[in-house]
Amino acid sequence: MATASDPSTTAHTGSTRVKRGLADMLKGGVIMDVVTAEQARIAEDAGAVAVMALERVPADIRAQGGVARMSDPDLIDSIIAEVSIPVMAKARIGHFVEAQVLQALNVDYIDESEVLSPADFANHIDKWQFTTPFVCGATNLGEALRRVTEGAAMIRSKGEAGTGDVSEATKHIRTITAEIRALTAKSPDELYVAAKELQAPYELVREVAELGALPVVLFTAGGVATPADAAMMMQLGADGVFVGSGIFKSGNPQARAAAIVKATTFYDDPTVIAEVSRGLGEAMVGINVADLAAPHRLADRGW
Amino acid sequence: MVTGAHTLRRDRVMTEHRDGVAATGWPGVVATDESPDAPRIGVLALQGDFREHARMLTELGARVIRVRRPEDLSGIAGLVLPGGESTVMDKLARMSGLVTSLRVAIAAGMPAYGTCAGLILLADRVLDGLTDQQTLGGFDITVRRNAFGSQNESFETDLDIPLLGAPPVHAVFIRAPVVESLGPAVTALARLEDGRVVAVEQGHLLGTSFHPEIMGDYRFHEYFLAKVQKSVAGGHSGVASVGRPAQ
Repeated sequence: MATASDPSTTAHTGSTRVKRGLADMLKGGVIMDVVTAEQARIAEDAGAVAVMALERVPADIRAQGGVARMSDPDLIDSIIAEVSIPVMAKARIGHFVEAQVLQALNVDYIDESEVLSPADFANHIDKWQFTTPFVCGATNLGEALRRVTEGAAMIRSKGEAGTGDVSEATKHIRTITAEIRALTAKSPDELYVAAKELQAPYELVREVAELGALPVVLFTAGGVATPADAAMMMQLGADGVFVGSGIFKSGNPQARAAAIVKATTFYDDPTVIAEVSRGLGEAMVGINVADLAAPHRLADRGW
Repeated sequence: MVTGAHTLRRDRVMTEHRDGVAATGWPGVVATDESPDAPRIGVLALQGDFREHARMLTELGARVIRVRRPEDLSGIAGLVLPGGESTVMDKLARMSGLVTSLRVAIAAGMPAYGTCAGLILLADRVLDGLTDQQTLGGFDITVRRNAFGSQNESFETDLDIPLLGAPPVHAVFIRAPVVESLGPAVTALARLEDGRVVAVEQGHLLGTSFHPEIMGDYRFHEYFLAKVQKSVAGGHSGVASVGRPAQ
């Protein structure tokens, strides 16, 4: 594989820089879950920076139960045909063949997602084997770094998908950013133990300590339902926001989607957030995470 | 293989060059050692990789202002439009009322540099855009949005750019646009091997389909700042109180 120092002028695809670079271009944006081409059109028109194509939003996966899998290729094709912005799609954790299919379908990003039923309770996908970049969920820094080690080009904090309860998203983004800050305060000889405790490679831990940031873009996800939720995630240090059930399970998806987009850009301006929060109709009803029995919590999937 | 990939950095720009400048966080990127007469450069900060641009410009000595509203343009001598999603930036710029102010300033000769989505925003004509997509315009070019296909076709390659000399620019193209046609006042600065134009200049305007801000190659930004300096020396004192509400 050619590298940056390779004198060859031959173009090459699928490099780490190109994979991470698309996530850089999504920063400050909102990625919306959509289950039909019509919803994808609404999302793009409302200012989504990308859409996540899936068959059921997490709230319905939760309500209906059963095994949740990769979406039908016809559905993904119809959404790719409908919009001009990047299209992402989900593969089950560890299901590398679903990921191969999504790459063959030419999706722009693959989400190896805990929202679907895991296909492998020990291994995640070896993401270095793919041209298509991957985003993975994480609840803490160690988990994020293990995913980066496996080749993830973007991280999203997990939150608790399909609840409309932002508390877990808050917990996870705070945990990741606090653990990064703690690393930056360590002396070089303490980073070896930090790597052991994080269960992540030393080289990567040292890089995070030097940068004061992950080496990839960090979005947040799982429970964002209002403009204020999105703005809070941005103020807590997220590079952008995934909104799953929060838009199309609400009373007025068009208005809510556009409002969340504006609140994400003007995240530090309460006047704008107040303005866009008016008259949005019902937010998704939601489930309090505290009322969820532990086996029903999706964020615990992934290792 | 894994280790090699880790050498790529998200915030690569700050670590490798110009150690003396403090890397201030966003918001409020301002160089700590700026000279008081350094030009004020706006970076359109609605969405996209504006932090990378801001950091590079700061390290080159510019005073960087993040631009999200018309009043942010006051006193700005030049504007950088980042990579990102052009449809999103278009909507947000219209919503915030920036569009009119920006069109006036660019038409009046304010230097502007756009990368990728930023180039689309500066183009007079866009192919494969949304039906209601608008641009700021100014560049007498037609760009084709997302000209290479899906992300699997995104790539990096070396480009010989005579304007910048050696070494070649290592260019990253991410769902990138190309310039399909250019007016008589526009110069093509760089072409792919197949001849497609990916960097252009027209008087006070500069545009690239690719992302020097991702690579940490300062030459385009230096060239743009020189353009701004020339514009200031030529009597362009920057945008005066654009869009401020009446007192």
